[in-house]
Amino acid sequence: MMSSENEFSQRFEITGGDFSNAGRTSTSIKEILKEIGIDSSIVIRASIASYEAEMNVVMYAQRGVLTLNITPEKLHLRLEDEGSGIENIDLAMQEGFSTATDEMREMGFGAGMGLPNIKKNADKFEISSTPGKGTSLDIIFCLNKTERK
Amino acid sequence: MTLREIKELLQAEVIQGDESLDVEITFAGGSDLMSDVLAFGKPGILLLTGLSNAQSVRTANIIDAKAIVYVRGKKPDKMGIELARENGIPLLSTKYMMYTACGLLFSHGLSGVSGISHKE
Repeated sequence: MMSSENEFSQRFEITGGDFSNAGRTSTSIKEILKEIGIDSSIVIRASIASYEAEMNVVMYAQRGVLTLNITPEKLHLRLEDEGSGIENIDLAMQEGFSTATDEMREMGFGAGMGLPNIKKNADKFEISSTPGKGTSLDIIFCLNKTERK
Repeated sequence: MTLREIKELLQAEVIQGDESLDVEITFAGGSDLMSDVLAFGKPGILLLTGLSNAQSVRTANIIDAKAIVYVRGKKPDKMGIELARENGIPLLSTKYMMYTACGLLFSHGLSGVSGISHKE
């Protein structure tokens, strides 16, 4: 954890395939955001986006690192994973498109809603992926009222 | 409608949160798909689900759900119950299936996420 007067930063490691702990990181992030005193509507949106992103790592990657960075202007969730990556990002962004297995569906996930839901909740969202290597996401929430969704 | 009234209507068993039965519930939603709950759920929701693993509790916690009712007599595992206790989320279990449980609550005036409610 890194913290100064104007900036807070924390790094979380997520293990691919670890279904029993899936969601633990986002639960911690939600607690941190509440503690810092972030507006409750942003806490929910950021927690949902974080949870969807975390589930994607658990379901599709070997491992991932989620970095939470907060400044007075913005809340930035950056996720970098090592895994199979995404062949066609446009397709992955479509609601309902999914390559999930039965195990993932039994967990209540894999309905093809994850990435679209992250985008819906974020103020800014960027995704890049290299098939065979991994995917990175930048999920940003504006803390400055005028730029908010 | 209080959680206690919901418990009576659904003849439900309280798994966790006996002390929170007087909490007021104003709307509910039912799904086994946590992706849908994350996409359409709203803070304060009463979540009815047949998904009984720990993800149901984690999802409920993320969206600030008021309580969870498990349908078809399902019950979460130890980890789920522990998580719910830590986060103060009451858990109930009813023998009714999803359709019946939702129908009973809706017909007694509990509205859905979109605010549509039963008119007498």
